[in-house]
Amino acid sequence: MSVAIIDYGSGNLHSALKAFERAAREGESGETISIVSDPEAVRTANRIVLPGVGAFADCRRGLLAIDGMLEALTECVQKRGTPFLGICVGMQLLADRGLEHGVTPGLGWIGGEVAPIQPKDPSLKIPHMGWNSLSANVQHPILADIPTGESGLHAYFVHSYYLRAANPAHVLATTDYGEPLTAIVGRDNVVGVQFHPEKSQIMGLRLISNFLRWRP
Amino acid sequence: MLKARVIPCLDVKDGRVVKGVNFVDLRDAGDPVECAIAYDAAGADELCFLDITASHEERGVLFDVVRRTAEACFMPLTVGGGVRTIDDIRNLLLAGADKASIMTAAVHNRDFVRQGAEKFGSQCIVVAIDAKQVGPKRWEIFTHGGRKPTGIDAVAYAQEVASLGAGEILLTSMDRDGAKSGFDLELTRTIADAVSIPVIASGGVGTLEHLVDGIREGHASAVLAASIFHFGEFTIGEAKSYMAKAGLPMRLDPQTSSVQ
Repeated sequence: MSVAIIDYGSGNLHSALKAFERAAREGESGETISIVSDPEAVRTANRIVLPGVGAFADCRRGLLAIDGMLEALTECVQKRGTPFLGICVGMQLLADRGLEHGVTPGLGWIGGEVAPIQPKDPSLKIPHMGWNSLSANVQHPILADIPTGESGLHAYFVHSYYLRAANPAHVLATTDYGEPLTAIVGRDNVVGVQFHPEKSQIMGLRLISNFLRWRP
Repeated sequence: MLKARVIPCLDVKDGRVVKGVNFVDLRDAGDPVECAIAYDAAGADELCFLDITASHEERGVLFDVVRRTAEACFMPLTVGGGVRTIDDIRNLLLAGADKASIMTAAVHNRDFVRQGAEKFGSQCIVVAIDAKQVGPKRWEIFTHGGRKPTGIDAVAYAQEVASLGAGEILLTSMDRDGAKSGFDLELTRTIADAVSIPVIASGGVGTLEHLVDGIREGHASAVLAASIFHFGEFTIGEAKSYMAKAGLPMRLDPQTSSVQ
């Protein structure tokens, strides 16, 4: 089994690779994890991970700059049902459009848009940066063995925009920052997390492990 | 609810921790990677390396330290010290740092903050401010470890770098640094209230109550400390439990970084 972490020029993927390798090793799931930038390597992968840091439009541009990548992703994720995990901006790209520095189209796999966090309470800082707890809306295999709620485990967030899903059923979990912000989205074989599992210590490793075992 | 963060900071010179760390039995207390792993296991919310290597040519050692730390610790890592160019930031991020902390270069060229934020995103850019009180409710930026005045007002500067795209401010009171008498709370609060980005309070921690004060009275989002943790006066766990008992929102997750 192989897991492809897509490198499209959006930041360092080294810690993501190491976190996936560790989860695979400790979960004894036997996956090989690779960082790939070749659409053919995406096509042969059993699971696909789309990371992303920085601005929405930059990430989209980076993805489109690789000839055939969008087609390969669409074919695998939309037609063949390959399990997919988007991380941070890689999760935001699932939406119809992003509103950061102008309107940019997204993949449109999860209906909705990516809008700025605008807390009513001025003491709430932007970016939403640090460790926050999750509220699960549904039971989902990606959250297996991860206690949620105020007494549950925490995830590391750093973002100024969030995905406002058109269909509330696609919001698997939220995090509270003056208002509930989308923390995990999902439908069918697609999940996306706003936080950084590769930086979320035990919580992140469990989530990655869950993704590696997930059979949607 | 977002939690207040506790960040231990390690001074690193030529790839070694200055003065070492002796809060646990480490094979090599001068190895930054071993120290980082110990702090990861102890429940630190983030880690900070401050590189004080004198020569720019020796930076390769630091990148190796950052790389090995990022391989072993799945937590956010900020690295500062001698970050002067866009390439410096890029190299740190490529090595596995999550945020680069810039100080003197930003004082001399504010546009460096904007360039860094545009290139890598605000979330990567921490601006470090070393400030000294120069009058009632007036603080000035100092460089060179607090020796060199710049004539720049710290509050106005903080607002400026925030508007240029800094994602966070690491604020150190040079009056309090090493004094163990607590943060300069008036400075911290004045800057935290003046900007919309998170502020990390630094400089002067001697007791656990000081950490509480930094968040509650100083309005900081995070507290950074070095010696009280390195020399085992308090563990990260003790600090976080104390802050939680004082009523602050803290992350007290179990810290086995392993998958069951």
